[in-house]
Amino acid sequence: MSVLLIAEHNNKELRAFTLNAATAASQIDVDVHAVIIGQNIETAAKKLSELPVVKKVISIEAPHYENFTAENFAPAIVKLAENYSHIVCSANTFGKNLMPRIAAHLDTSQVSDIIKVISSDTFLRPIYAGNAFATVKTNDAKKCITIRPTSFEPCESSGGTATIEKGEVSEEFSNTKFIKREEIKSDRPELGTARIVVSGGRGMQSGDNFKLITEVADKLGAAIGASRAAVDAGYISNDHQVGQTGKVVVPDLYIAIGISGAIQHLAGMKESKVIVAINKDGEAPIFSVADYGLEADLFEALPQFMEELNKLNTIQK
Amino acid sequence: MKILVAVKRVIDYNVQIRVKEDGSGVVTDNVKMSTNPPDDNAIEEAVKIKESGKATEIVAITVGEEKAQETVRKALAVGADRGVHVKTEGVLEPLAVSKIIKKIVEKEKPDLVFMGKQAIDDDCNQTGQMLSALLNWPQATFASNIELKENSLEVTREIDEGLETIEINTPAIVTCDLRLNEPRYASLPNIMKAKKKPIEEINVSDLGIDTTPRVEQLKVEEPPKRKAGIKVANVAELVQKLKNEAKVI
Repeated sequence: MSVLLIAEHNNKELRAFTLNAATAASQIDVDVHAVIIGQNIETAAKKLSELPVVKKVISIEAPHYENFTAENFAPAIVKLAENYSHIVCSANTFGKNLMPRIAAHLDTSQVSDIIKVISSDTFLRPIYAGNAFATVKTNDAKKCITIRPTSFEPCESSGGTATIEKGEVSEEFSNTKFIKREEIKSDRPELGTARIVVSGGRGMQSGDNFKLITEVADKLGAAIGASRAAVDAGYISNDHQVGQTGKVVVPDLYIAIGISGAIQHLAGMKESKVIVAINKDGEAPIFSVADYGLEADLFEALPQFMEELNKLNTIQK
Repeated sequence: MKILVAVKRVIDYNVQIRVKEDGSGVVTDNVKMSTNPPDDNAIEEAVKIKESGKATEIVAITVGEEKAQETVRKALAVGADRGVHVKTEGVLEPLAVSKIIKKIVEKEKPDLVFMGKQAIDDDCNQTGQMLSALLNWPQATFASNIELKENSLEVTREIDEGLETIEINTPAIVTCDLRLNEPRYASLPNIMKAKKKPIEEINVSDLGIDTTPRVEQLKVEEPPKRKAGIKVANVAELVQKLKNEAKVI
């Protein structure tokens, strides 16, 4: 039995969640190999080989892998699959897009978005937006698993010395062409891994008012989140969305401002360690998951919150 | 151009689900059921394309028990021309569903297959990608914008880092995000008209596909409950609690 981990990267660096997926892979079996597919990925492949849980790296490079197209990646991974009992990657948009394509080629019923490894064939996964947990056992010989990155700690990132082998390049899929990617660059911590997240909802009333959230986030060194309602209303871009179909976050502190707490939003944040809700509707469902609830008009509360934070001698970063 | 749209019947998104006491699943008896929300976006997009004169026929398909046909009927009321109901019983995994839809695609020969990006019951997010693999067609998942071109589509995809645009040649699969469009409501006259539109019923056993589940659901349970929190009186108390009690700032 051995596990093939699919590394996620940007052709220069590993993406952070590769380390969480590596942890999950190593809980399935200690014999973890990692495949990295892209173009000019030498540095990222080297980084991957330094993860102590990774025993071997397979690096596959070609121009048609530069943009991570699932139609190009899947055949390359399928070719490697015969040597492995499990194929693992993160259940973010990269893995969600790619893994089912691999699973179908292998005639395997994929297990999506696991939050716990119970044994090599049995896993825990949330269903119904996290309102129920299912324990599932897969009877397929080859197991395709995506993992919820925030449910696994990142593995150590240095000290390993895995060998790096070149893997076989598969044919280019000509019916899908990459055109462009618009990544939103920010100096803030990444939403998925931030220690503190400050999120705004429809109650913010406009994109301009999000500057109140930005101020608080700057002060706390926090990432900025949003409810689907706020994104749909055009207050903020979609990469900030927290929820069932957005990002799942598990920060030490989650501050929900003007967010009512729809089921699909709660699914993305209710595992946070400490939850604060500020909302003028005392009956809002968000209060049912909040450790500290403040029933107040956010346009009064946020300036006061800044004032109080400014009074503190120190703020943890 | 012909568009096939796949729809699934799920527990309505506003229902707070309940786990069965014996741990065998969630309660579905006497619970409000609806079309999976992003499947409504898939139908809406197909109808918009037809209204713009670029599609000639929309076929709505569902796979499931007797009552699943309601979702096809709803799609017909919103603008699909005819329906296909593949009748099945028991648990179906996305792999089996994609094999079933593949059979229908081979028969119907659509240029595009639309469906929601994820079903809100099992949250698997697999069927579209699997179907696209089985057909060796291009896939555009998590679509929030679609521009039709000659023999291709330019699709904007919602990804973790922001937005990605790809061009896919037809035939192709698109899985739809909630932000793709605003699904319309069916008008009463259209609901009446939809009753006369044809729905072809097919028994899954006639398709020659093994749909036996590969994944056993051993147990379904409630997630651990959060312990009840407190309401604070003002901002000063909130900050004091965060600093000295929770020790998070």
